[in-house]
Amino acid sequence: MNNVSVVGLYIHVPFCLSKCPYCDFYSVRYSAEQAHAYAEAVIRNIRHYSAHYDTVYFGGGTPILLYRHIGSILSSADIADGAEITVEANPCMAEPEILEALHKAGVNRLSFGVQSMNADELVFLGRRHTTEQAVSAVKNSHSAGFENISADMIIGLPGQTEKKISYTAERLAELGVNHISAYILKIEENTPFAVSRPELPDDDRTAELYLYTVKRLAELGFPQYEISNFAEQEFRSRHNLRYWRCEEYIGIGAAAHSYYNGKRFCTPRDIASFIQNEHQITGITDDHPGGWEEYAMLKLRLTEGITFAEAERYGRRGELIQKAAKLPERLVSVSGSGISLTPEGFLVSNSVIGELIF
Amino acid sequence: MSDKSYLDEIRNFCIIAHIDHGKSTLADRILEQTSTVAQRDMEEQLLDNMELERERGITIKARAVRLNYKSDDGNTYVFNLIDTPGHVDFNYEVSRSLNACEGAILIVDASQGIEAQTLANTYLAVEQDLEVVPVINKIDLPSAHPDEVKAEIEDVIGIPADDAPLISAKLGLNIKDVMERIVTSVPPPAGDPDAPLKALIFDSYYDSYKGVIVYVRVKEGSLRVGDRIRMMATKAEFQVVEVGYMGATELVPADGLRAGEVGYIAASIKSIGDTKVGDTVTRCDMPAEEPLAGYRSVNPMVFSGVYPADGSKYGDLRDALEKLRLNDASLTFEPETSIALGFGFRCGFLGLLHMEIIQERLEREYNLDLITTAPSVVYKIDKMNGETIFIDNPMNFPDPSEIKQAYEPMVEAHVYAPSDYVGNIMELCQQRRGVFKDMKYLDKTRVDLHYDLPLNEIVYDFFDALKSRTRGYASYDYEFKGFVPSKLVKLDILLNGDVVDALSFIVFADSAYPRARKITERLKEHIPRQMFEVPVQAAVGGKIIARETIKAMRKDVLAKCYGGDITRKKKLLEKQKEGKKRMRQLGTVEVPQEAFMAVLKLDDE
Repeated sequence: MNNVSVVGLYIHVPFCLSKCPYCDFYSVRYSAEQAHAYAEAVIRNIRHYSAHYDTVYFGGGTPILLYRHIGSILSSADIADGAEITVEANPCMAEPEILEALHKAGVNRLSFGVQSMNADELVFLGRRHTTEQAVSAVKNSHSAGFENISADMIIGLPGQTEKKISYTAERLAELGVNHISAYILKIEENTPFAVSRPELPDDDRTAELYLYTVKRLAELGFPQYEISNFAEQEFRSRHNLRYWRCEEYIGIGAAAHSYYNGKRFCTPRDIASFIQNEHQITGITDDHPGGWEEYAMLKLRLTEGITFAEAERYGRRGELIQKAAKLPERLVSVSGSGISLTPEGFLVSNSVIGELIF
Repeated sequence: MSDKSYLDEIRNFCIIAHIDHGKSTLADRILEQTSTVAQRDMEEQLLDNMELERERGITIKARAVRLNYKSDDGNTYVFNLIDTPGHVDFNYEVSRSLNACEGAILIVDASQGIEAQTLANTYLAVEQDLEVVPVINKIDLPSAHPDEVKAEIEDVIGIPADDAPLISAKLGLNIKDVMERIVTSVPPPAGDPDAPLKALIFDSYYDSYKGVIVYVRVKEGSLRVGDRIRMMATKAEFQVVEVGYMGATELVPADGLRAGEVGYIAASIKSIGDTKVGDTVTRCDMPAEEPLAGYRSVNPMVFSGVYPADGSKYGDLRDALEKLRLNDASLTFEPETSIALGFGFRCGFLGLLHMEIIQERLEREYNLDLITTAPSVVYKIDKMNGETIFIDNPMNFPDPSEIKQAYEPMVEAHVYAPSDYVGNIMELCQQRRGVFKDMKYLDKTRVDLHYDLPLNEIVYDFFDALKSRTRGYASYDYEFKGFVPSKLVKLDILLNGDVVDALSFIVFADSAYPRARKITERLKEHIPRQMFEVPVQAAVGGKIIARETIKAMRKDVLAKCYGGDITRKKKLLEKQKEGKKRMRQLGTVEVPQEAFMAVLKLDDE
């Protein structure tokens, strides 16, 4: 056990009941037969890697569609006691039996794609669920024994007001969710929104909505810890923190990304190929990851930022201090131990990070 | 005594025309019909082999080619055809090529008639004593009116045009008539192959294998491979490695060149400074006493700073400019330094198009990223201390207290256009501080408007403005007239409170306010929002006269790093890095290179 590394495990589940108009993650229409074969392929691949996991994340797509198989998948992996095991779920699938099955299989964290508690916004986003279903999803989860629940919300919708954001945030707080991810809507290429081109608020207005969201969520007990993520210390996503802290993880499934044994690699966006092959095909995306630029880019997404001690390890301490000093305090906060971006800084993080590392 | 009868079978000619009247197309047809180019190698505008020329559909460089033509009289003739540029900026190239010829085919568009460059180029040809052969092109167009155009040629230019061939170069119609006219009307060259060598260099370029290749017209004498030659002006001597003539697509080596012929010389010439266009080549064993007349040296009219976007490429830029000058003798440059842009060169150009072309050639052919500052003309200043100075760089503009009198260059301009547009043209010329001289009718519907215009009002965007006000029908030509007293001030641009020297320019005092307002607006449009608010100000003598504010950027694209996929975020950051390379850090502000050029185009329309 000594020479087996402890890493994260990401399982991509590329099935959905229907496609949301803003989403460009890889997924296809769900079929029970294909899902079964897919789960078997996941298990084959898990056995192929001899790693030890302390976080597991089923992302998608709609991973809860695989609920019958999650138990066997988890039992095929070498998972540490007390590991964080998350499954993403659509609120309309959160039936008590399904949730109980997941809980029994060892899942201890659920992440619901709530997106909004305003009915009109859910319609705009083309979601299958209603606000009532979102409420019962969280309640059912509690009844099934879950104590760590996250909800996604989307901001920057056409005509969105602070009031509507506040309404969603308050309802989620009331329901007792522990973690919120708030994403700014972005029109991705090759999605229905790229064709219908809804008129989104301009950058200035979106920035206001974002800053409001950060403030409102903190008031409701969800302090920001990453550009789009909000929670108290104990509920912060340990799995996602691995990504931002440049730690290793194995990704399994079609279109899954990995950072393992010193390489970044990914598998093709092809379910059939994933199912057919004994081991997933991988293509290297980065031979020498973990350099300063990558490390800084990822760490600066977090409110914890980069410490000077970390910069020192890359021989960039002096440079970082010098460059940070040139940037406005509004965007970057410099302390005795390191630097981090402010919420306004997160909004222009490409430019700020660019200034700090190039 | 050598036999001189070969001279009778040579015809050296060029094609002159206004831009777009069909020079290059006619050249293509002549190449085709003399089978100089195999059909499979034929592409449009064959002589315009510079990528830029094909793209813009214009000829920038003169190009020479030799071809054989079997005439109806039973003899086979050697034609040396020289293609010439038509734009006002490239007059110099035209006069160089004319020097190598005995005749000129004058193409006139059958629907447009005589335009500014038709006249300007014809005058150049007549000055050189060339036989001018008029040809009327584009007779296939429904709007063609060849009879009126013939009358126009006779009335305005004063050469007989009654039997001018009526052709369509595009359709290949009546091209043979043109070639027969070349045989019958263009005189054969004179010259004595036994006399001391006098060969006029009319063009040159740098070949990485052979060194400098010079294009010559041999006026007297002859030369062969192995001869020692001397450049009469630079005194440099070389051994001839190769001589020959210009095929349509490649150089064709020959044993030697004789009086009357056009060809090239390669002599392992490594140093670009040793060859000067206009210089005379002679032989060391039998040198000529006097060089040929050479060329009037041209004075650049427009100056601008050219800087490498990447400061470490300064040396590359210098090498590229030296090589380009070999090919384009009208380009001048000397080192200059800017606080904002670092080390670069002050370059002199014949006009704005010339400047754009040079910039593009440097970027494409030499793979350089450049920043070009606002073009300036040359100003003359009498100082209080009695000194008179000439200034082509706003950075050197003296303090107003030291100026006794400032002068700006004035040109005499002729605008040719259909009479419907007279009102629009007059309005434009007045806006540009033009002084009306007179107006002549070329025919019933077309006029020649004669104005005196300050050069600094036309170097920026006059031609574009003229075209947009006349639906593209107007053409114009100008000639330097002299310096006239003027009220001039230096307009400084400040970004975030700091003067950016590279953006300063000299302007007529009364135009300072509107110009300042427009430039600050333009800069606001072209400088992307930064991480902090940036004031853009314009000042004259320390006094702010215009201000705009670039608001702070609030938001960039936020990429999710989801499911461990960090590739998108990385791509964004790479784009950020690339974008930064296209930016110039001016003090605390990042300015894209395009902003330097964008501020020049100030026309309202």
